Amino acid sequence: MKKIWKLLLSLLIIGFCLFYLFPIYIVVVNSFKDRQQLYSNMMAPPEVFTFEYYNTAIGKMNFLRAFGNSFIVTIVSIAFIVVLSSMTAWMLVRTNNKLSNIIFFIFVATMIIPFQTIMMPLMQIMGWIRDHLHIPMLNTLGGLIYMNVGFGASMAVFLYHGFIKSVPVSLEEAATIDGCNRFKVFWRIVFPMLKPTTVTVMILDVIWIWNDYLLPSLTLSDKAKRTIPLSTASFFGQFTIEWNLAMAGLTMTIIPVIIFYLAAQKYIVKGVAAGAVKL
Amino acid sequence: MRRKKDRAWYAFFVFPLLFIFTTVVIVPFIIGIGYAFISWDGMPLNEKVFVGMKNFIRLFSDKRFISSAWHTVLFTVISVAVINILGLTFALVVTSNLKIRNAVRTMLFMPYLIGGLILGYIWKFIFTDLFKMIGETTGLDGFFFSWLLNPKFSLAAMIVVTTWQMAGYIMIIYINGIQGISEDIVEAAKVDGANFWQTLLRIKFPLIMPSFTICLFMTLSNCFKIFDVNVSLTGGGPNNSTEMMAMNIYNEIFSLNNFGYGQAKAIIFFIAVASITLIQVAITKKREVEM
Repeated sequence: MKKIWKLLLSLLIIGFCLFYLFPIYIVVVNSFKDRQQLYSNMMAPPEVFTFEYYNTAIGKMNFLRAFGNSFIVTIVSIAFIVVLSSMTAWMLVRTNNKLSNIIFFIFVATMIIPFQTIMMPLMQIMGWIRDHLHIPMLNTLGGLIYMNVGFGASMAVFLYHGFIKSVPVSLEEAATIDGCNRFKVFWRIVFPMLKPTTVTVMILDVIWIWNDYLLPSLTLSDKAKRTIPLSTASFFGQFTIEWNLAMAGLTMTIIPVIIFYLAAQKYIVKGVAAGAVKL
Repeated sequence: MRRKKDRAWYAFFVFPLLFIFTTVVIVPFIIGIGYAFISWDGMPLNEKVFVGMKNFIRLFSDKRFISSAWHTVLFTVISVAVINILGLTFALVVTSNLKIRNAVRTMLFMPYLIGGLILGYIWKFIFTDLFKMIGETTGLDGFFFSWLLNPKFSLAAMIVVTTWQMAGYIMIIYINGIQGISEDIVEAAKVDGANFWQTLLRIKFPLIMPSFTICLFMTLSNCFKIFDVNVSLTGGGPNNSTEMMAMNIYNEIFSLNNFGYGQAKAIIFFIAVASITLIQVAITKKREVEM
């Protein structure tokens, strides 16, 4: 009796989960239909599979270019965030003085500032750097990466700082006596031990940078430099009424995310939980 | 000699990130305070006029800003409640001994990874075309009609989409909290004759207060700062009835070109976000119990 009840409950819950993911079904199903089919029944599976709309959407969104841009920005930003933040956090923990405490406090306290509060002055400063120092900070992927590193710094330093405090110093001291300088001590001994935090930082930053819309929309204006959220937004600005085309575009933007999720689910769930709990 | 070398290493490790961070976050924040006291249309050649507190005084008679603040509060209160109730329920299912729990977790967490902008577009189709179709075929057109044309239902649509995105994420944090409760305590309660609800309310809930603090913080600050879903789902419409604070600031600066006035709003926004989240953390931290 209890078993049957459990089975029913399980079925009910799975049913709810499928209903929960219904929007994704709607998007995928309608991306294969022509206009007439789509409006005759939006919930039915397509009668004929046609990839025609994918082809058109790839062209109109400049999808491959946008995907490449998103990929470069995400990977390079994260590489810099991981390297620079772990180095900074290690030095701040190991040099326990007033200056270190102040710097750490500034990193943590500024986490509460909403992006909207600094977006306008940030654009002014980046414009000033472009005009006076002739470094192209605006409308370049490099400039966007630079700003991502700045915005990702606080969280990453905070997470590394918390972890490094629990790592014993003895190994590092032994290496120093053996003649390693600070650089070698950090990269050969400390950094490999920080792996769990590095994974957490990477996961959190992939989710943030890959989906980030507002900052790239303020800095990148060239069509060729658009990231995926930007090209999706401009695509919708033009073709709102052609829903089957739009659905094909949306499906393409979701697929990489779902592949990433299914491939690295274990790390993602752990990373997201760790990133929140350390707060 | 030794100290000099130490200092050089210190600078080598800390300075690069500190420099980037200063130019991207600290300096804009400080300069931003200055911008809030001037009047400027954003054109480099046009003059920036110092207007003192005028920008801040003007805020109080700005109907559009005040109503956007009201929508934001309403949206945030309802969303935070719904997201946390749903997230906690999901977490209880996933930590049960049902065999399907991992599949459930996988499915419910998925929407969080899709960005807010994309989610908004997906749901836009559902709330307009699909709802209209369901209404026409079933005759239930009191509920199934184009939600995004009605101010109240548009706000509800914002809440639905945000909940859909965040509930799975909040679930993960609650799962972590529930799994942290030692089996012994739950067993001891059962031996003492506590039923399902008593264990839940008297044992589990008090012990997951830390997760509760985090989840409230995350949902509060995320909902209050909502922007992406706002842009793609409603665009602030109909008739600015779903324009949230973040979007109001964006429009004031980049659409209406009131750089100084918009920045004054941005400073008020910062003060609001900071005080709400800090007060919340202070209150819920007090209720955490030590084990």
